[in-house]
Amino acid sequence: MENPIDLPVSKKKVKPNRKSSLWGQVLGRLLKKKIALVGLGFLIFIFLFSFIGPFFSPYVHLGVDPTKVNQAPSAAHWLGTDKLGRDVLTRLMLAGRISLTVGLGAMVMSVTIGALLGILAGYYRGIVDQIVMRIADILMTLPGIPLLFIMAAVMSEWKVPTEHRLYIVMLMLSLVGWPGLARLVRSQVLSLRERQFIQATDALGLRDRRKLLNHLLPNIVPLLIVSGTLSIGGAILSESTLSYFGLGVVPPEASWGNMITSANSLIDFQKRPWLWIPPGLAIFMTVISINLLGDGLRDAIDPNMKRR
Amino acid sequence: MKSYALKRLLYLIPTLFGASVLIFFLYSLVPGNFVDADPNLTLERKAELYALYGFDQPAIQRYFIWIGNLLKGDLGYSLQFQRPVGEVLGNYMWSSFFVALASLILTWIIAVFIGVVSAIRQYSLFDSLITVLVFAAMATPSFFLGLLAIKFFAVDLGWFPAGGMITTGSDLTGWAYVKDVAQHMVLPVLVLTMLGIGGLARYFRTNMLEVIKQDFVRTARAKGLKEKVVVYKHALRNALLPAITLFGFELPALFSGAIITEQIFNWPGIGAIYMQAFTVRDYPLLMGFTMFIALLTVISNLIADLLYGVADPRVRLK
Repeated sequence: MENPIDLPVSKKKVKPNRKSSLWGQVLGRLLKKKIALVGLGFLIFIFLFSFIGPFFSPYVHLGVDPTKVNQAPSAAHWLGTDKLGRDVLTRLMLAGRISLTVGLGAMVMSVTIGALLGILAGYYRGIVDQIVMRIADILMTLPGIPLLFIMAAVMSEWKVPTEHRLYIVMLMLSLVGWPGLARLVRSQVLSLRERQFIQATDALGLRDRRKLLNHLLPNIVPLLIVSGTLSIGGAILSESTLSYFGLGVVPPEASWGNMITSANSLIDFQKRPWLWIPPGLAIFMTVISINLLGDGLRDAIDPNMKRR
Repeated sequence: MKSYALKRLLYLIPTLFGASVLIFFLYSLVPGNFVDADPNLTLERKAELYALYGFDQPAIQRYFIWIGNLLKGDLGYSLQFQRPVGEVLGNYMWSSFFVALASLILTWIIAVFIGVVSAIRQYSLFDSLITVLVFAAMATPSFFLGLLAIKFFAVDLGWFPAGGMITTGSDLTGWAYVKDVAQHMVLPVLVLTMLGIGGLARYFRTNMLEVIKQDFVRTARAKGLKEKVVVYKHALRNALLPAITLFGFELPALFSGAIITEQIFNWPGIGAIYMQAFTVRDYPLLMGFTMFIALLTVISNLIADLLYGVADPRVRLK
């Protein structure tokens, strides 16, 4: 059966427009945002600096060197050395590995928990919704820093070896981070489930697992990408705060936060700023890049999404 | 509206109850307690104190004693200060409050100004510069900003004292005292303001951009009103209105103290007291403080939601 309206179109051979795919468009819009690209570029630099950088440093395997304690920046040690004679630049790179890993890991975990619970609550509503959202409400009622401090104190009791402390920190940050995300996802799902394509899956008699994973989930992926990106910055900030107060990643493992702890000694604070200012700047530059990228992504993915 | 408010008030009860359960049992999981933290005590004295403070009872029983007292308005007895928790919180709350209030006022004034100017000059140099500064403020860890402020303004330049609330050893009265405290307040207020300004300025910018596009602003311009009148009288008023809900959210921050900033500046506020209580495991004070903030948070959320309906009658509350 031929539809007369379609005739002129169907005779012409239509070339598929490559840019018309959703992610192609997103990429196109993102590439136009110079400031987001600057953020992305700097993030790539930080990643290379932290993960590849140590391979070029002659000081990685030396560690403590009692002959070179507290040296000011020089040609051999670009950022000087600390009180144990360790090269600050190398430590900054190794700390970057941990801080970035914690940020990414905490983001992945809180996005997973938040998305899963948010979808379940929004789709099934009723009792599931009540339970999940009440827990989220309660968690969001508690002040963030005391909550993190309590969890840090509790988990310190598990006697985790220092090189695995970062996983504990990830776990803590994701426990604090998921409720906000679950709320966002839930409200999105509540409106999506009334749309026709979900009603169609009802009519087709699809199983719930397929409905949720194949049809609902892809539609909240843009939301997850944006809030996930932005949450990495928050996680890195929280990690640094916890580590600064000795409750996050603890020495001898380095994280940007616990490197700043050296500012607590008056003499280091006043006379040796190379010990604590570079890690602070590293946190600052990383988080600002993540936020610029996340902001650009938000505009690129959904230009109508409300900016706040 | 009234029934909505009542319903929301009733909803607070299970949330606060859940929060109290979570707070109590989380703190009971924290290793160590006040008595064990003191190495000078003999075993017998320890046992005596355990019995006195009720540490020997099971957690469930202690929870019900705590919540029972809480319902009567009794927050418990601080082990470290040997005074009722309510009294301790009341004493230190005000020094936190003045810092928070000063920075709140400053934040709002500067944020409104920045928001308006960057909205009417959208994409100008000023706008981009402000956007970058706003992002910068949101990306700085609060403790690092505090340390930098001390380093530059207190140590290097010597303009302001580095910490505390009064000059050590001084006993000033009257105006001299006020001046001394004000000088000590400058840096904490500066840090809190810088941290808070970002989000708010962006919020005002968005609101202002939306309002400026609307018909009544065009009408005001068409009538031949001066641009200043259009912007500050017609547009700004309407852009400010939705922001009154934000005032609701600021309530907990006014009283709860800024734990990290107070710690860095050694400001004797409620946040610094919390940190101190945490190190000596003064649980009644810790739980009382956390519960107090939880209460403030739910109330402020409620106020914000109600104000939302007042600010914009198109929003139907149900």
